[in-house]
Amino acid sequence: MSGRFFGAAVTRVEDARLLTGTGHYVDDIELPGMLHAAFVRASFAHGRIRSIDKRDALAMPGVVAIYTMDDFADIAQGPMPPMAPHPLLKTPITYHPLSDTEVRHVGEAIAIVLADSRANAEDAAAAVILDVEYLPTVSDVALAHEANSPTAHSQHASNIAATMKAGFGDCARIFAKADHVLTEQFDIHRGGCHAMECRGVVANIDLLTDALTISTSSQSPYMVRRHLAAYLDRDENGIRVMTPDVGGGFGPKANVYAEEFAVALSTIKIRRPVKWIEDRQEHFVATTQQRGQIWSIDVAFDNNGRMRAIRGHCIHDNGAYAPYGLILPATAIASFPGPYALEALDLTVDVVLTNLVPTSPVRGACRPNVAFLLERLADRIARHLGMDRQDVRQRSFVKAEQMPYTTGLKARDGSPISYDSGDYTGALNLVLDKIAAKDFEARRKESKQRGKLRGLGIASCVEDTGIGPFEGASIRVTPAGKVIVATGASSQGQGHRTAFAQIAADALGVELEDVTVETADTAKFPLGISTIASRIAVTAGSSVQLAAHKVRAKAITFASHQLEVDEHDLELEGGAVRVKGIADMKIKLSEIARALAGSTGVPLPGNMEPDLAATAYFNSNALTFAYGANACEVEVDPETGDVRVVRYVVVHDCGKLINPLIVDGQIRGGVVHGIGNALFERMIYDEQGQPLTTTYGDYFLPMASEMPPIEIHHMETPSPRNPIGVKGAGEGGTIPAAACVISAVEDALGPNGPFIPVHPISPQQVVQWLKATR
Amino acid sequence: MKAPPFQYHRPQTREELGTLLSSLENAKILAGGQSLMPMMNLRVLAPDHLIDINRIPGLAGIRETPEGIEIGAMTRQADILSSDVVKARLPLLSRALEHVGHIQTRARGTIGGSCCHLDPSAEQPAMCAILDAEFIVTRPDGHRIVPASEWFEGLLQSALGEQEFLEAIRIKPWAKGHGYGFAEYARRHGDFAIAGGAALIEASKDGRITRAALLSFGIEASPRRLSDAEAALIDQPIGKLDLEPAVAAARALDAMEDVHVTPDYRRHLAGVLIRRALNEACTTLERQP
Ligand SMILES: Cc1cc2nc3c(=O)[nH]c(=O)nc-3n(C[C@H](O)[C@H](O)[C@H](O)COP(=O)(O)OP(=O)(O)OC[C@H]3O[C@@H](n4cnc5c(N)ncnc54)[C@H](O)[C@@H]3O)c2cc1C
Repeated sequence: MSGRFFGAAVTRVEDARLLTGTGHYVDDIELPGMLHAAFVRASFAHGRIRSIDKRDALAMPGVVAIYTMDDFADIAQGPMPPMAPHPLLKTPITYHPLSDTEVRHVGEAIAIVLADSRANAEDAAAAVILDVEYLPTVSDVALAHEANSPTAHSQHASNIAATMKAGFGDCARIFAKADHVLTEQFDIHRGGCHAMECRGVVANIDLLTDALTISTSSQSPYMVRRHLAAYLDRDENGIRVMTPDVGGGFGPKANVYAEEFAVALSTIKIRRPVKWIEDRQEHFVATTQQRGQIWSIDVAFDNNGRMRAIRGHCIHDNGAYAPYGLILPATAIASFPGPYALEALDLTVDVVLTNLVPTSPVRGACRPNVAFLLERLADRIARHLGMDRQDVRQRSFVKAEQMPYTTGLKARDGSPISYDSGDYTGALNLVLDKIAAKDFEARRKESKQRGKLRGLGIASCVEDTGIGPFEGASIRVTPAGKVIVATGASSQGQGHRTAFAQIAADALGVELEDVTVETADTAKFPLGISTIASRIAVTAGSSVQLAAHKVRAKAITFASHQLEVDEHDLELEGGAVRVKGIADMKIKLSEIARALAGSTGVPLPGNMEPDLAATAYFNSNALTFAYGANACEVEVDPETGDVRVVRYVVVHDCGKLINPLIVDGQIRGGVVHGIGNALFERMIYDEQGQPLTTTYGDYFLPMASEMPPIEIHHMETPSPRNPIGVKGAGEGGTIPAAACVISAVEDALGPNGPFIPVHPISPQQVVQWLKATR
Repeated sequence: MKAPPFQYHRPQTREELGTLLSSLENAKILAGGQSLMPMMNLRVLAPDHLIDINRIPGLAGIRETPEGIEIGAMTRQADILSSDVVKARLPLLSRALEHVGHIQTRARGTIGGSCCHLDPSAEQPAMCAILDAEFIVTRPDGHRIVPASEWFEGLLQSALGEQEFLEAIRIKPWAKGHGYGFAEYARRHGDFAIAGGAALIEASKDGRITRAALLSFGIEASPRRLSDAEAALIDQPIGKLDLEPAVAAARALDAMEDVHVTPDYRRHLAGVLIRRALNEACTTLERQP
């Protein structure tokens, strides 16, 4: 489908407001009588709290209350409900809103201080005295996996929270007969996330009705409402959750957090509004992080470089808790076999607890890890056989004519997973063409003359997007002729307001300015899931389309009665329903909306249902698979070990593009995320679980000055699995990027250089590698 | 990340500043705030008093005097970077300032603040060290001049006494057309460097070095002049310089370790960067006709 707006690179309706500082974020909320919260957080990674002495702190200026879990006993108690229960997790491993006895990572919230200002609250938080019995700590996931390791939870006998298995085909047979088998170990670093806006919550209580209102910087406001209602044993109707403007989410904000509960409990207890704004120091120790994994992989392949089977064991660092169940490690399994047509697969993932901040999905979840494994293996096979890297891929990829392609893995409901559409080889060929891989050796030579080692990297990926069950949308035309779209899908800056307006405006024949999109307020739309996993364009986008078509049908029915014209002869255009070919035989949408809003004693034509409005839920029952191929060039300074990405080209296929500008922005940001993973971001802990990189001076978030120009080319293979033909685009930039950059570095280091199975790499490591090759 | 409580003072004159400095306990001067405020917000520092010297007239500005170029302590890094006088006569300082922080931090940050804070990787104090700057210090009973060789007392530790403040920095420019070179390595542009090197040379008409200064910074707690290597350069012909003594001297420094890098790597960089700085100095040197 395409129309006036769908598919057009219209500028984002959000931007004027967000770029001129007139956005409205949680911290912009000021309520009469509001208190400011600061948390007393653990400065140690593992210990049992014997007692908490808050007397001195309570006497400090501006302090109104200091609560620990005990203080909420009359409201609620116990651990938080798990967000995603999993049969393999026998007991949920979730936080308490405030840690009650055992603390399991640095940064865990122990008490909440309420004061008249944040500064006073922080002063008092520093004066709360804890008496702690320190417990043995485990901060290294490989050690945590060993049988005799100290346990992250003192009551557990082992740190292995679950062992997940998946696979298909007959690995034993293929490995026994394969031309070649290689074994490699991979160590993929956990990393942080770092949305520009940290988390934040404002909670308020209506003193007459007891209703709670919560504004939170979240990707999952409806999950906050659902789990908080369950925890408080309240009806959802008494809890309104909304997300004002949110300055980036990228995954961690999809969790329901202890702090959200602690602030809500404090408001209920003190009966005043409470605001908590996470600062960057807290973000480093209390917001979930990325995806540390250690993999041991065997790969079987034939003399032609065709990848046939993979056997893999993974040690997955889940941190101290599993608030999001096993979702993150599950995405590692679900990312196999990527673009490769494997005959057999055998995976085991040990989900391991450590005394570190929990990990949960961050842009791509574990898909970037698996893309790293598969793409590094493809390069490894090429090197082993002395072949071109692209030949290994072309011989191993699923072919376009095999679509839809059944991978062999099963979805959560037991149905076979099948790729819907795509041309993986075509994408790789295109990206090699766009980066002019043919002439690369000339560029390598030119760099050499400047004392630099140049390398070319390639990486491909397939991404499952649009996971169900649904996001919904309702559309209402007001008597002024304005179109109001409401959806439960929360927005963190992705341009939802623009994209949904494009879809609705086309269906209803109005201008973009006539459409207002309201997102994620439980008082304005009844249901929502989460803005995660590149699913909103598919789920909410399709629902907007379905709802708009219902409204359109209703307007046409009305006009058909009024104008006494057959419905087939009517169309929507210029804010009106008009007779095709007769420009002035029309009724404006505003008139229809006014008529359907009703007047005393006047029956509605044709006994129609009132209100020019409709709600729709698109059930996304089957995943739709986006894919991409990336190529990049790096220059290595052999003296300092510095690696600079100098060119980056993306070929990406996310089906029909609703707005190419928005998709480009998603991909560009995603690539930067991946370059950060490959070269910069390292979250370092010591053996005692103390984080050592907790400022941006020490934690290297990538900056514009280090980023290459990123060139993006789209292929558009429509998805047959939703009414608007789209696939998700939020993570496709990130997924292959680290693999692509490391592939280029390895190529730069030359045929005598090492195989690189880790990231991020450091300049110091590069210097050592180069020394070893000489 | 809110600073602990403190009392804020804003003197309008040097006299008021002097009185405050001699009467307040645990006080800190606030200049551009680009190092001090983050440290307070991280609660690494908790002064009871902040003395904001931004309103005291005459503390900022770049003046050419017979004794050299005088840069007021409160001169913003951005103003030094855009100064034609500095560009023409202290080109090494200009060159180094491109690497200091970002547009935003240079708009507030001052040369005096950087020279009092003394981060081991800070470019401005390092350039003061290689240029043999003089630190003009104001104290209750007048002024004293501290030569660069005595200014650095250790990690984050200057020679400034309790009741003193830095008034200005005076630098004697090298001869017109001198060679200058600067090299540093930081992971991201504007970060504090992991290591750096700088070189200054003057040469005779026949292309032999007559004067040289070499410095490594970011390696030890304070910037380090490589005096023996400087001496070894004298009389050497440009174009056929023996760089090895400089590289060896830099690599022999007692390098610091941090969470990201080992002393070995830092020493390795020290050698690479002093060589680059010296090579660059040879190319910027204007040959006498
Ligand atoms: C993001 C960022 C990146 C940065 N990158 C770099 C970099 O790459 N290289 C670099 O060198 N610096 C860097 N800095 C630090 C910056 O240059 C600071 O401006 C500088 O270190 C301090 O100068 P200030 O004027 O801001 O001093 P302040 O922060 O106000 O003060 C610093 C210290 O000096 C004392 N002080 C200040 N002036 C006087 C005076 N006249 N007399 C006595 N004591 C005084 C203060 O009491 C305080 O102890 C960076 C800072 C930031 C925030």
